[in-house]
Amino acid sequence: MTTDSPMAEGITPEIIAEHGLNPREYAAVCDSLGGRAPSYTELGVFSVMWSEHCSYKSSRVWLAKLPTTGPQVICGPGENAGIVDIGDGQAAVFKMESHNHPSYIEPYQGAATGVGGIMRDVFTMGARPIANMNALRFGSPEHPKTRHLVSGVVSGIGGYGNCIGVPTVGGEVNFDKSYDGNILVNAMCVGLVDVDKIFYAAASGVGNPVVYVGSKTGRDGIHGATMASAEFDDDSEEKRPTVQVGDPFTEKLLLEACLELMAGDAIIGIQDMGAAGLTSSGVEMADKGGVGVELNLDLVPCREEEMTAYEMLLSESQERMLMVLTPGREDEAQKIFEKWGLDFSVIGVTTDTGHFVTRHKGEIKTDIPLDTLANNAPKYNRLYTIAAAPAKITLEEAPAPNSLKHTLLKLMGSADLCSRRWVWEQYDHMVMGDTVGRPGGDAAVVRIHGTDKSLAITTDVTPRYVAADAIEGGKQAVAETWRNLSATGATPLAITDCMNFGNPERSEIMGQFAGAIRGMAEACEALSYPVVSGNVSLYNETNGQAILPTPAIGGIGLIKDTEMRASAAIGAEGDTLLLIGPERGHLGQSLYQRDIIGTAKGAPPPVDLEEERKNGTFVRELIAAGDVSHVHDCSDGGLWVAVAEMALAANIGADISLGNQDLPAHAILFGEDQARYILSVDKAKSLEILEDARENGIEIRELGFAHGDSLHVEGGDEVKLADLRKAHESWLPDYMNTV
Amino acid sequence: MKALVKVTLKNGVLDPQGKAIHQALGSLGFDGIDQVRQGKLIEIDLNENDEAKAHAQVEKMCEKLLANMVIENYSIELEAS
Amino acid sequence: MKAAVIVFPGSNCDRDVAVSLKDAMGCDADMVWHGDAEIPKTDLIVLPGGFSYGDYLRCGAMAAQSPIMKDVVTKANSGVPVLGICNGFQLLTEAGLLPGAMLRNANLKYLCKDVHLRVERNDTIFSRHYTQGDVIKIPIAHHDGNFFADAKTLAQLEDRNLIAFRYCDSGGKITDEANPNGSANNIAGIYNENGTILGLMPHPERLADIQLGGVDGKTMFSSLVETLH
Repeated sequence: MTTDSPMAEGITPEIIAEHGLNPREYAAVCDSLGGRAPSYTELGVFSVMWSEHCSYKSSRVWLAKLPTTGPQVICGPGENAGIVDIGDGQAAVFKMESHNHPSYIEPYQGAATGVGGIMRDVFTMGARPIANMNALRFGSPEHPKTRHLVSGVVSGIGGYGNCIGVPTVGGEVNFDKSYDGNILVNAMCVGLVDVDKIFYAAASGVGNPVVYVGSKTGRDGIHGATMASAEFDDDSEEKRPTVQVGDPFTEKLLLEACLELMAGDAIIGIQDMGAAGLTSSGVEMADKGGVGVELNLDLVPCREEEMTAYEMLLSESQERMLMVLTPGREDEAQKIFEKWGLDFSVIGVTTDTGHFVTRHKGEIKTDIPLDTLANNAPKYNRLYTIAAAPAKITLEEAPAPNSLKHTLLKLMGSADLCSRRWVWEQYDHMVMGDTVGRPGGDAAVVRIHGTDKSLAITTDVTPRYVAADAIEGGKQAVAETWRNLSATGATPLAITDCMNFGNPERSEIMGQFAGAIRGMAEACEALSYPVVSGNVSLYNETNGQAILPTPAIGGIGLIKDTEMRASAAIGAEGDTLLLIGPERGHLGQSLYQRDIIGTAKGAPPPVDLEEERKNGTFVRELIAAGDVSHVHDCSDGGLWVAVAEMALAANIGADISLGNQDLPAHAILFGEDQARYILSVDKAKSLEILEDARENGIEIRELGFAHGDSLHVEGGDEVKLADLRKAHESWLPDYMNTV
Repeated sequence: MKALVKVTLKNGVLDPQGKAIHQALGSLGFDGIDQVRQGKLIEIDLNENDEAKAHAQVEKMCEKLLANMVIENYSIELEAS
Repeated sequence: MKAAVIVFPGSNCDRDVAVSLKDAMGCDADMVWHGDAEIPKTDLIVLPGGFSYGDYLRCGAMAAQSPIMKDVVTKANSGVPVLGICNGFQLLTEAGLLPGAMLRNANLKYLCKDVHLRVERNDTIFSRHYTQGDVIKIPIAHHDGNFFADAKTLAQLEDRNLIAFRYCDSGGKITDEANPNGSANNIAGIYNENGTILGLMPHPERLADIQLGGVDGKTMFSSLVETLH
């Protein structure tokens, strides 16, 4: 501890360290208080506001490099969620957020409250949530905790989303030993709002009532925000009591009550109480509105007795909101919240002091300049080293398998490629009656209720690519979501990102972060596909072992006419299959290399953004014109895996040829070249498309045709669909049912 | 008074949760378990201090709401609070 | 024809079923709040899916005690048709309008998927546009849909021909594998004695639109409209 920083009575250097503040940060706290020592309560407030989770202190300088604008963008990063225009006076509001640490400690509640939190971020802005997605990453299937974590997280996500009545329409589930001690639970929510009814967090005006609504405050989750910013060690499981418990029924009431009040004009600003609870919502609202705020904590509805100011300010009890109302409209608002059986309490007022003042039992507990809390958090330009891109492997380094057929069966029945039915059947993916593209396809497709439009929604990232080459991997994650959306016929609009990394104080980790951002920025720029919201989760390490770098990308796209969309299944017996995109047989960092050969070497597949744009646009135009309605993108596992997925979805087999004769069969079948799509079209149409593509300089070939009840590849290998289905469908249920 | 209401599934009604607990205990090496049945425990703080009256009151609550008599049984324990 | 959809605070399929009703009737259903004492004059009462009161304690248990349920029971007893879907079926058993009770699914998991149902009767207002023995595809979405009734009640339901739908395979066979939740005798839905009350776990409103993947559920709404209009 620096010797010249004052300390209040009872505060020790250990207590300051427990609050996650290093000596320099503590000195900055004293400076922002005009040289005086913070009280214990104030120390708590600084600790959460300046935590990595709330302040983005290690990542802000990098996040600023992402493109965030475009004609479609109504609201970019910095608000509760991002907003894009979808025409006809409507907008889509969306964001993805991590709930990694709480989900590891208590998987059911951690995942459930993650879903609850992200939905509040969306309906805070006036939007009705219409779809949830999630990106989940677990440790190795052999790890003794993995089963328990998968089971808890999946039922937690279902338990919350199913009850509130918002469909969970898809996502990702992957396994890798790097997540053994740090699973990732990234939840995304998409909502719908009228452009003229968007609500923001800013609390403008002086003398306006500050209102608390929702559930009562308990001691749950105190220090959740600092917990999410610290590495795990073996004692972390003892942190269980700080995990919040979700109440989806109350969230449903809160959602309906908020939307009912938002139909009028009583609300000036509104913000959910998420991480760091009352503190961060109060501070952020006042700061954004350029005002001060004074709260009387005696008026906070409490669930437990004898709660201190510190506890009330830092509690992360769920299902609560803070609003600033137009004076005189309190009664009207109160009636609505009482109708829905929720607490409603005017707990404070906006002021012109620019300070965050709280009182409890007649005493001033905090009096902090807001500006320092919200904006003067330390900003670190941490050391980073971006690892040199590895060389592309040679074909000798990825030898042919003994049997192509068994390779396909093994991949389709592997932990990462097997069917996720066991997961999504536990999610109500049909409620609200607009899920036209159910889970299991390239992207979920959800109709905009009562219109011809739909939104396509997807999440993606390939962490092993990012680990091998952060820049290419970052690019690929963005490009793949763009491709998934394009494959349904949707015009990609924008993304949200959830940046999950290890300890940023290590330069190689910061290098992964910086590299991924660089690649993502390049892809966003090239594809006119900006970032409108996001979240950063650092310190995903246990005992010094970091997770694979995982910049999860959530993308949304617009389908103007729901009739003109594509599914990822073969269309009909006799259809011609066309392959669009390059065939270079790239096996470096492929699943073939990892799961069949057992290594992870070389460069990941390069991403040619110009080619991505060209191919994606071509496919989208075919779908919009009604020429094609069966498209699948080609990604993890390569060409034959993609064909197999299309075949299983339709229960129709396929005969395919090998094309590029210079490459060995296994490289063609399992290489993971990018920018590729498989189309299933009737024969007559295929000739037109081939010609059209060649005229437009699109790489395309006739891949084969849909036929029978097996997959057949030029040269003899054949796999019965029934065997394939068994391998594909059984891994996850068998795994989960093993005690 | 404080009432402790135990609600359990009737004998003969399949208890899938109890069955799962049974299996899980077995896999953890707890042998010699014949059966596991699970249920709910509901704690009610009552203003009533007369035991007979309190019992009658809670019995009504059980019949009307706390237990589903098609599948569940209940038992009531009272203690002075 | 007029229909009333009862809305509990945790209902979440109220809009979905209202959409299907409107498609079939050509006019909006009345959305009736659970706190109201009386349902406006109506030809059909619908108890929609959802988690009426969070489904804490037991699914539908607290909803069965809500003010509006008194009127639902009165009207049902006077012959007004009642359709209870999913949570609505759980509620009908909790309110005593239909026999039996719903246990946790046999695999203990919430399940949302398309299932096949065999139409056991087509002589009711709900089923007249189906053919007896038809195999239809309709989704389920529940955690507690494992229908239970004691042996005597079950025998009565069978003897009096009160089974509406049974879970079956795509060929119409009633098998254990086709039973998604462990329901007694593969029962997916039942009628009261007069055939004026139907409770079922599957959601007909979820496959009543070709863009959603099927229209087998639509037939139930068209059956109702033809009789009640």
